[in-house]
Amino acid sequence: MVVFDKPHALTDVPMHYCPGCTHGIVHRLVAEVIDELSIEGKTIGIAPVGCSVMAYNYFNCDMIEAAHGRAPAVATGVKRADPENHIVFTYQGDGDLASIGMAETVHAAARNENITIIFINNAIYGMTGGQMAPTSLPGQVTQTSPYGRDPKLCGYPIRVCEMLSELEGPEYLERVTVNNVKNVKNAKKAIKKAFQNQIDGKGFSLVEVISACPTNWGMTPQAALKWIDDKMIPYYPLGVYKDRSAKEAE
Amino acid sequence: MAKLTFKTDNCKGCGLCVDACPKHLLRIAPDKINKKGHHPAEITDPDACVGCAFCATMCPDCIIKVER
Repeated sequence: MVVFDKPHALTDVPMHYCPGCTHGIVHRLVAEVIDELSIEGKTIGIAPVGCSVMAYNYFNCDMIEAAHGRAPAVATGVKRADPENHIVFTYQGDGDLASIGMAETVHAAARNENITIIFINNAIYGMTGGQMAPTSLPGQVTQTSPYGRDPKLCGYPIRVCEMLSELEGPEYLERVTVNNVKNVKNAKKAIKKAFQNQIDGKGFSLVEVISACPTNWGMTPQAALKWIDDKMIPYYPLGVYKDRSAKEAE
Repeated sequence: MAKLTFKTDNCKGCGLCVDACPKHLLRIAPDKINKKGHHPAEITDPDACVGCAFCATMCPDCIIKVER
């Protein structure tokens, strides 16, 4: 009996991500959820700009490549064009969603667009070589903050889930991570719920995944996963930040 | 008995599976090199594997198939 195999919604193309990059794990979780909900034929994914720019090579469903940060706007268009027959998700990094695409993200959330957003937060710009991102931690050394991020000069990191939870619009906001087996299973539950919300027509669902970037953090893959526990989670606490349906049911 | 199958040529040798294995059965093969030029993961004692699939759960490249 096969206990575990590559999900059908992932293609056989070898991923270009660095060794130990957790993008691969999140790709697989999304693909597993697409398989489990049997929605591969009607799912349209929106790829971002960033490391996951070539996500369209890895998913078996239809994919669109959006301009930098504009994935929620493209997703809005796709979803509104045919809301009954399409399941639309975007897969975005922190440089894409929390920096250049902040306006699109906030307004999509405020409008409660019925889309699913998978937000990868690795606290750095990966593809361009490790520059400081809006989510880089205070004191974090990056290419553009060689002495550590100084909040007096560069401001403070943005906590996207907390910020969006203040809006009336969004249906579901949760922050998860994938640095060990237990957290991977929790992350899958959250991603599944985000897709199920869309199928049920509940509205905007965003899952923030705290992710590792061993190459640009300058660590081994193992040390990077530990760094998530030690440094990232204290600043970005895991948990559900908004779940409107569950709250109304109380 | 559990059986692990590795798509060795897609392995990048990150070692996340090695750390995930509760029975410490996996290692990065020091004497093998795959098509990509990485040392791939391998199982040292296939008979002791219980097929928990923790290694496959943590593998970013989805190279491990677990049968039980």
